[in-house]
Amino acid sequence: MKVKYFAWVRERVGKAEETIEPPAGVGTVDELIAWLSKQGEGYAYAFERPRVIRAAIDHAHVKPDAAIAGAKEIAFFPPMTGG
Amino acid sequence: MTNAVTIRIQKADFDTAREIAALTAGRTDIGAVVSFSGICRGDEGGEKIAALALEHYPGMAEEEIGRHVDEAMSRWPLSAVTVIHRVGTITPGENIVLVVTTSQHRQAAFQAAEFLMDYLKTSAPFWKKEESASGASWVEAHARDDAAAARWTKS
Repeated sequence: MKVKYFAWVRERVGKAEETIEPPAGVGTVDELIAWLSKQGEGYAYAFERPRVIRAAIDHAHVKPDAAIAGAKEIAFFPPMTGG
Repeated sequence: MTNAVTIRIQKADFDTAREIAALTAGRTDIGAVVSFSGICRGDEGGEKIAALALEHYPGMAEEEIGRHVDEAMSRWPLSAVTVIHRVGTITPGENIVLVVTTSQHRQAAFQAAEFLMDYLKTSAPFWKKEESASGASWVEAHARDDAAAARWTKS
Protein backbone atom coordinates (compact mmCIF):
# COMPACT_ATOMS: atom_id res chain seq x y z
CA MET A 1 0.00 0.00 0.00
CA LYS A 2 0.99 3.57 -0.56
CA VAL A 3 1.59 5.78 2.48
CA LYS A 4 1.70 9.58 2.39
CA TYR A 5 2.94 11.97 5.06
CA PHE A 6 2.14 15.65 5.43
CA ALA A 7 3.38 18.71 7.33
CA TRP A 8 5.63 17.91 10.34
CA VAL A 9 4.96 14.18 10.01
CA ARG A 10 6.47 14.39 6.49
CA GLU A 11 9.43 16.43 7.75
CA ARG A 12 10.17 14.03 10.61
CA VAL A 13 9.83 10.86 8.51
CA GLY A 14 11.97 12.54 5.87
CA LYS A 15 9.83 11.63 2.87
CA ALA A 16 6.46 12.57 1.41
CA GLU A 17 5.37 9.09 0.37
CA GLU A 18 6.47 5.49 0.07
CA THR A 19 5.14 2.01 -0.60
CA ILE A 20 5.13 -0.31 2.39
CA GLU A 21 4.30 -3.94 3.11
CA PRO A 22 3.48 -4.25 6.79
CA PRO A 23 3.47 -7.76 8.30
CA ALA A 24 0.24 -9.75 8.59
CA GLY A 25 -0.37 -8.83 12.24
CA VAL A 26 -0.80 -5.16 11.40
CA GLY A 27 -4.54 -4.77 10.85
CA THR A 28 -5.57 -1.32 12.03
CA VAL A 29 -4.42 2.27 11.71
CA ASP A 30 -3.03 2.37 15.25
CA GLU A 31 -1.22 -0.92 14.71
CA LEU A 32 0.28 0.51 11.53
CA ILE A 33 1.42 3.60 13.46
CA ALA A 34 3.05 1.34 16.08
CA TRP A 35 4.81 -0.64 13.33
CA LEU A 36 5.92 2.47 11.43
CA SER A 37 7.34 4.02 14.59
CA LYS A 38 9.81 1.12 14.74
CA GLN A 39 11.10 1.68 11.20
CA GLY A 40 13.79 4.19 12.16
CA GLU A 41 14.64 7.31 14.11
CA GLY A 42 12.63 9.67 11.91
CA TYR A 43 9.56 7.45 12.14
CA ALA A 44 9.92 7.16 15.91
CA TYR A 45 10.06 10.97 16.16
CA ALA A 46 7.10 11.48 13.79
CA PHE A 47 4.88 9.03 15.67
CA GLU A 48 6.12 9.69 19.24
CA ARG A 49 2.69 11.02 20.23
CA PRO A 50 0.39 8.62 18.33
CA ARG A 51 -2.81 10.18 19.67
CA VAL A 52 -1.97 13.48 17.99
CA ILE A 53 -1.63 11.86 14.56
CA ARG A 54 -4.61 11.95 12.20
CA ALA A 55 -5.10 9.38 9.46
CA ALA A 56 -7.00 9.08 6.20
CA ILE A 57 -7.67 6.00 4.09
CA ASP A 58 -8.30 6.59 0.41
CA HIS A 59 -8.94 10.32 0.99
CA ALA A 60 -11.39 9.96 3.90
CA HIS A 61 -10.69 10.59 7.60
CA VAL A 62 -10.58 7.43 9.73
CA LYS A 63 -10.29 6.64 13.44
CA PRO A 64 -7.29 4.79 14.95
CA ASP A 65 -9.21 1.50 15.10
CA ALA A 66 -10.07 1.54 11.38
CA ALA A 67 -9.05 -1.58 9.45
CA ILE A 68 -6.38 -1.04 6.80
CA ALA A 69 -7.25 -4.11 4.72
CA GLY A 70 -7.93 -3.14 1.12
CA ALA A 71 -6.61 0.40 1.51
CA LYS A 72 -4.88 1.79 -1.57
CA GLU A 73 -3.54 4.90 0.12
CA ILE A 74 -3.09 5.74 3.79
CA ALA A 75 -2.06 9.22 4.90
CA PHE A 76 -0.72 10.43 8.24
CA PHE A 77 -0.70 14.07 9.27
CA PRO A 78 -1.02 16.46 12.22
CA PRO A 79 -4.33 18.13 13.14
CA MET A 80 -5.33 20.41 10.29
CA THR A 81 -4.77 24.16 10.36
CA GLY A 82 -6.23 25.47 7.11
CA GLY A 83 -8.94 28.03 6.51
CA MET B 1 -26.07 29.59 -15.75
CA THR B 2 -23.08 28.82 -13.58
CA ASN B 3 -22.36 25.53 -11.85
CA ALA B 4 -23.89 25.36 -8.39
CA VAL B 5 -20.65 24.24 -6.73
CA THR B 6 -17.18 25.57 -7.41
CA ILE B 7 -14.20 24.26 -5.41
CA ARG B 8 -10.71 25.41 -6.27
CA ILE B 9 -7.32 24.95 -4.65
CA GLN B 10 -4.78 27.23 -6.22
CA LYS B 11 -1.53 29.13 -5.70
CA ALA B 12 -2.82 32.28 -7.35
CA ASP B 13 -4.81 34.98 -5.60
CA PHE B 14 -8.53 35.33 -6.27
CA ASP B 15 -10.83 38.29 -6.89
CA THR B 16 -13.69 38.16 -4.40
CA ALA B 17 -15.92 40.54 -6.38
CA ARG B 18 -15.47 38.49 -9.53
CA GLU B 19 -16.29 35.25 -7.73
CA ILE B 20 -19.48 36.75 -6.30
CA ALA B 21 -20.47 38.15 -9.70
CA ALA B 22 -19.97 34.71 -11.26
CA LEU B 23 -22.60 33.28 -8.90
CA THR B 24 -25.16 36.05 -9.27
CA ALA B 25 -24.85 37.21 -12.88
CA GLY B 26 -28.10 36.87 -14.80
CA ARG B 27 -30.04 35.46 -11.87
CA THR B 28 -33.06 36.97 -10.18
CA ASP B 29 -33.75 34.14 -7.73
CA ILE B 30 -30.86 34.93 -5.38
CA GLY B 31 -31.71 37.28 -2.53
CA ALA B 32 -28.66 36.84 -0.34
CA VAL B 33 -24.92 36.51 -0.85
CA VAL B 34 -22.54 35.91 2.05
CA SER B 35 -18.80 35.89 1.50
CA PHE B 36 -16.09 35.11 4.03
CA SER B 37 -12.47 35.95 3.28
CA GLY B 38 -9.65 34.59 5.41
CA ILE B 39 -6.60 36.87 5.27
CA CYS B 40 -3.03 36.32 6.40
CA ARG B 41 -2.26 38.32 9.58
CA GLY B 42 1.03 40.16 9.99
CA ASP B 43 1.64 39.04 13.55
CA GLU B 44 0.78 36.10 15.74
CA GLY B 45 1.13 36.24 19.52
CA GLY B 46 3.23 39.40 19.28
CA GLU B 47 5.65 37.97 16.74
CA LYS B 48 5.86 39.40 13.22
CA ILE B 49 5.03 36.90 10.48
CA ALA B 50 7.05 37.14 7.27
CA ALA B 51 4.90 34.62 5.38
CA LEU B 52 2.73 31.54 5.65
CA ALA B 53 3.58 28.37 3.76
CA LEU B 54 0.40 26.41 3.10
CA GLU B 55 0.59 22.69 2.39
CA HIS B 56 -2.34 20.48 1.38
CA TYR B 57 -3.21 16.90 0.52
CA PRO B 58 -4.04 17.03 -3.21
CA GLY B 59 -7.10 14.99 -4.05
CA MET B 60 -8.33 14.59 -0.50
CA ALA B 61 -8.56 18.35 0.07
CA GLU B 62 -10.97 18.80 -2.85
CA GLU B 63 -12.97 15.71 -1.86
CA GLU B 64 -13.22 16.71 1.81
CA ILE B 65 -14.39 20.23 0.94
CA GLY B 66 -16.83 18.69 -1.54
CA ARG B 67 -18.31 16.45 1.15
CA HIS B 68 -18.96 19.44 3.40
CA VAL B 69 -20.37 21.53 0.56
CA ASP B 70 -22.75 18.65 -0.23
CA GLU B 71 -23.79 18.56 3.41
CA ALA B 72 -24.33 22.34 3.45
CA MET B 73 -26.44 22.11 0.29
CA SER B 74 -28.58 19.42 1.93
CA ARG B 75 -28.98 21.33 5.21
CA TRP B 76 -29.80 24.76 3.80
CA PRO B 77 -31.63 25.90 0.65
CA LEU B 78 -28.56 27.27 -1.16
CA SER B 79 -28.44 28.41 -4.77
CA ALA B 80 -24.68 28.10 -5.17
CA VAL B 81 -21.44 27.73 -3.22
CA THR B 82 -17.88 28.69 -4.08
CA VAL B 83 -14.89 27.65 -1.96
CA ILE B 84 -11.38 28.70 -2.93
CA HIS B 85 -8.34 27.85 -0.79
CA ARG B 86 -4.87 29.03 -1.64
CA VAL B 87 -1.69 27.01 -1.12
CA GLY B 88 2.00 27.87 -1.32
CA THR B 89 3.56 31.05 0.05
CA ILE B 90 1.16 33.72 1.29
CA THR B 91 2.33 37.02 2.78
CA PRO B 92 0.53 39.24 5.35
CA GLY B 93 -2.46 41.04 3.92
CA GLU B 94 -3.00 38.46 1.20
CA ASN B 95 -6.07 36.27 0.81
CA ILE B 96 -5.95 32.68 2.09
CA VAL B 97 -9.49 31.38 1.69
CA LEU B 98 -12.84 32.41 0.25
CA VAL B 99 -16.29 30.97 0.94
CA VAL B 100 -19.28 32.38 -0.95
CA THR B 101 -22.80 31.12 -0.32
CA THR B 102 -25.94 32.31 -2.09
CA SER B 103 -29.56 31.71 -1.26
CA GLN B 104 -33.01 33.25 -1.51
CA HIS B 105 -32.78 34.48 2.07
CA ARG B 106 -29.93 35.60 4.31
CA GLN B 107 -30.22 33.07 7.13
CA ALA B 108 -29.30 30.07 4.99
CA ALA B 109 -26.41 31.92 3.37
CA PHE B 110 -24.99 33.13 6.71
CA GLN B 111 -25.28 29.75 8.43
CA ALA B 112 -23.90 27.75 5.53
CA ALA B 113 -20.87 30.05 5.20
CA GLU B 114 -20.10 29.69 8.90
CA PHE B 115 -20.63 25.91 8.79
CA LEU B 116 -18.26 25.59 5.83
CA MET B 117 -15.55 27.72 7.45
CA ASP B 118 -15.76 25.78 10.72
CA TYR B 119 -15.22 22.51 8.84
CA LEU B 120 -12.53 23.95 6.57
CA LYS B 121 -10.56 24.78 9.73
CA THR B 122 -10.85 21.35 11.34
CA SER B 123 -11.25 18.72 8.64
CA ALA B 124 -9.94 19.94 5.29
CA PRO B 125 -6.34 18.67 4.96
CA PHE B 126 -4.36 21.92 4.92
CA TRP B 127 -1.45 22.87 7.18
CA LYS B 128 0.07 26.28 7.83
CA LYS B 129 3.71 26.94 8.59
CA GLU B 130 4.62 30.38 9.87
CA GLU B 131 7.87 31.95 8.77
CA SER B 132 9.26 34.64 11.07
CA ALA B 133 12.59 36.13 12.14
CA SER B 134 13.03 33.32 14.67
CA GLY B 135 12.55 30.59 12.04
CA ALA B 136 9.69 28.54 10.66
CA SER B 137 7.17 26.66 12.78
CA TRP B 138 4.00 24.68 12.14
CA VAL B 139 0.81 26.33 13.36
CA GLU B 140 -0.84 24.40 16.20
CA ALA B 141 -4.48 23.42 15.88
CA HIS B 142 -6.82 25.22 18.30
CA ALA B 143 -9.35 23.48 20.53
CA ARG B 144 -11.68 26.44 19.92
CA ASP B 145 -11.85 25.48 16.22
CA ASP B 146 -12.88 21.92 17.13
CA ALA B 147 -15.54 23.33 19.45
CA ALA B 148 -16.80 25.63 16.67
CA ALA B 149 -17.17 22.69 14.29
CA ALA B 150 -18.74 20.44 16.93
CA ARG B 151 -21.70 22.74 17.51
CA TRP B 152 -23.03 21.87 14.03
CA THR B 153 -23.41 18.22 15.00
CA LYS B 154 -25.84 19.01 17.85
CA SER B 155 -29.27 17.66 17.04
